[in-house]
Amino acid sequence: MVGRSRPSRDELFEILDAVMDPEVPVLSVVELGIIRDVVVNDDGITVTITPTYSGCPAMREIETEIRRAIERHALGPVDIRTTYSPAWTTDWITEAARDKLEAYGIAPPDRAEFAELVPLFRRPAPVRCPYCKSLQTEQTSAFGTTACKSIWMCKACSQPFEEFKAI
Amino acid sequence: MPIVTASVFFAYLLRLADDRLVLGHRLSEWCGHGPILEEDIALANIALDLIGEATLLLRLAGVTEGNARNEDALAYFRDATEYRNALITELPKGDFGFTIVRQLFFSVFSLLQMEALQRSASSDLAGIAGKAVKESRYHVRHSAQWVVTLGDGTGDSRARAQNAVDALWRYTGELFVSDSIEQEIAALGLGVDASTLAEPWCEQVEGILRRATLTVPPAGYMQRGGRVGRHTEHLGHMLSEMQIVARSYPGAIW
Repeated sequence: MVGRSRPSRDELFEILDAVMDPEVPVLSVVELGIIRDVVVNDDGITVTITPTYSGCPAMREIETEIRRAIERHALGPVDIRTTYSPAWTTDWITEAARDKLEAYGIAPPDRAEFAELVPLFRRPAPVRCPYCKSLQTEQTSAFGTTACKSIWMCKACSQPFEEFKAI
Repeated sequence: MPIVTASVFFAYLLRLADDRLVLGHRLSEWCGHGPILEEDIALANIALDLIGEATLLLRLAGVTEGNARNEDALAYFRDATEYRNALITELPKGDFGFTIVRQLFFSVFSLLQMEALQRSASSDLAGIAGKAVKESRYHVRHSAQWVVTLGDGTGDSRARAQNAVDALWRYTGELFVSDSIEQEIAALGLGVDASTLAEPWCEQVEGILRRATLTVPPAGYMQRGGRVGRHTEHLGHMLSEMQIVARSYPGAIW
């Protein structure tokens, strides 16, 4: 392997934790659960990623950024593989990352199984407004500015906001 | 995979992919034309999910075919007679009522189909289906709620929704046609015979139409042809628009 001595798996996760999602720049690809595995062997580094949504347009940019981050540390050749199984779920977003989302102004996702259980014609339960923390909120649309977000309105502070929707 | 199995699996994957690519493109025609901003965004999001699913399915089809065709070659360099989508997906987008009723009919079908495909003997297809199931749940919810809003709404919205139901009903039968490809794929454990999805589809769709105070059309003649490459005139026109950039500049990367 070219470059310096073989990096550890933890070291690589630390490097990847600095790669931010281009559409939610407050979270790294590690915090989002996009990085499924990192393997280091004599041939180089293999990073396995999984897309959030089938049509997520940010995946190509994320791949480029991952490659760039590892190459910047001169850690040798990197191979990026994509897996679809198990399917990505918002349940993989860590507690600390959820707090960051809320501080950034995006309501964090509920548990994925709860979202699946909502009957077809029932309104989703209110989510907490990331600004004033009120529960007097209403969903405006299940589809937002990116595939992973829905649009909400807070009746207490009259502020529209987005929710990272559970999937 | 044995050659015979690969060729039937390729044919099956084209059906799955083309339904979603063609409908995704039709939905994308709403971008900038939605009745309200939120709906414009919603339809574009659903189009993105469908085209994303089609991309993954066409990529797998290309690998299965083993003939060096990737997802772009399959999307942009096949003519209408080589497309295998059901006719319902290629009809022009019509008014908002027509688009929403078609979304309901297709999304309920797609969710049932993808739920079954999660158990495919192909782990690649099972993985793609696992993602599509999550996305389809949002699509069903979106269209079902709109169909009720329109059907149980004003005189005008109700008439438009009922017209759409009546016009689209004869195209729903093709989604559930069983033929040698569906049967072989089911026997191999790779996929699901579409005819087994008809009953749960009718139950769900009819329940939603009734809730929307709309009339379920009587059983009658059903159109078909898309699964064997016999399409309406609309697909050729749509593809000429969808494919023109890729065909004008072959090999271009963007």
